[in-house]
Amino acid sequence: MFLSYQVVSAQTKTVISGTNNSENMMRSNGMIYVVVGVIVIILLGLILYLISIDRKLGRLEKEIKENK
Amino acid sequence: MARLKYQIPSDKDSIRMLKQLHKRWWKVLGVILLIYTFTVGLLIQVPDVQILHETSRNLFFHVPCWFAMILLMLVSLVYSIKFLRTGKLIYDVVALNLIKSAMAFGVLGYITGMLWGNFIWGNLISWITNDTKILGAAIGLLIYFAYFVLRGSIDDEEKRAKISAVYSIFAFVLLNVAINVVPRLTDSLHPGSGGNSSFTVYDLDNNMRKVFYPAVIGYFILGLWIASLLIRISKLNYKHNNINIE
Repeated sequence: MFLSYQVVSAQTKTVISGTNNSENMMRSNGMIYVVVGVIVIILLGLILYLISIDRKLGRLEKEIKENK
Repeated sequence: MARLKYQIPSDKDSIRMLKQLHKRWWKVLGVILLIYTFTVGLLIQVPDVQILHETSRNLFFHVPCWFAMILLMLVSLVYSIKFLRTGKLIYDVVALNLIKSAMAFGVLGYITGMLWGNFIWGNLISWITNDTKILGAAIGLLIYFAYFVLRGSIDDEEKRAKISAVYSIFAFVLLNVAINVVPRLTDSLHPGSGGNSSFTVYDLDNNMRKVFYPAVIGYFILGLWIASLLIRISKLNYKHNNINIE
């Protein structure tokens, strides 16, 4: 009986507080930062790839210009 | 082998436009905006909405794909019209590569939309059949896929450029009608159509806009960057190898 009362009151607390249960959980044990880190690493990797393509093209263009 | 008609552009406008492709400042700006989007977008407080809950963050990641696609196609349309007015083939190259870049974002937006819809609405609706906006987006993408087929079917450069420029004008209008006009007239689960309230109702304190607008600009600049690389490759192939790659 006592246990069920605790569960009910915990649920009402989250409804009244108006914040997300899942958000609090991810944020409270710091795990959301892992997700952010993963995504930023992927993003930076793709951007570095773009930059390298850009540089290669620039070098190719310069070489062709000089060879003319 | 017939000589290609492409001439290296020598007029001021084209040269100035081509110079912009090499500049760094707008690329750095795009990178900053993208990193901002993906960090702040995941950490910011979002209002707790029924059914959507945390997935309303997709407003920062899925919706800007479509906005960026429309913006890129708009720029492509401008260059198509420039080509029709001046006849310079470089503008046709720019228009084609912008559409290529826009299609990448469109396909990504479509796939992420299918995934999101699968979790929120159930599988059958999100695939293609029951939602007007998804159907409209599929039609729009197919219209632009047909643009590439059209280009592949014509050999002569100038003719190909003219016909595809005219086609892209119609395609842009139809895309906007299919994605933006018709869905708002019908009932659908998509936010903003039928009887649903759009996201602005949830975004009470404009908090979400702080990430949404930079996300749109960031994706747009990324699309421009990809298009600029494709244009440079295409130009090199024309000049150096006299080869037409499309």
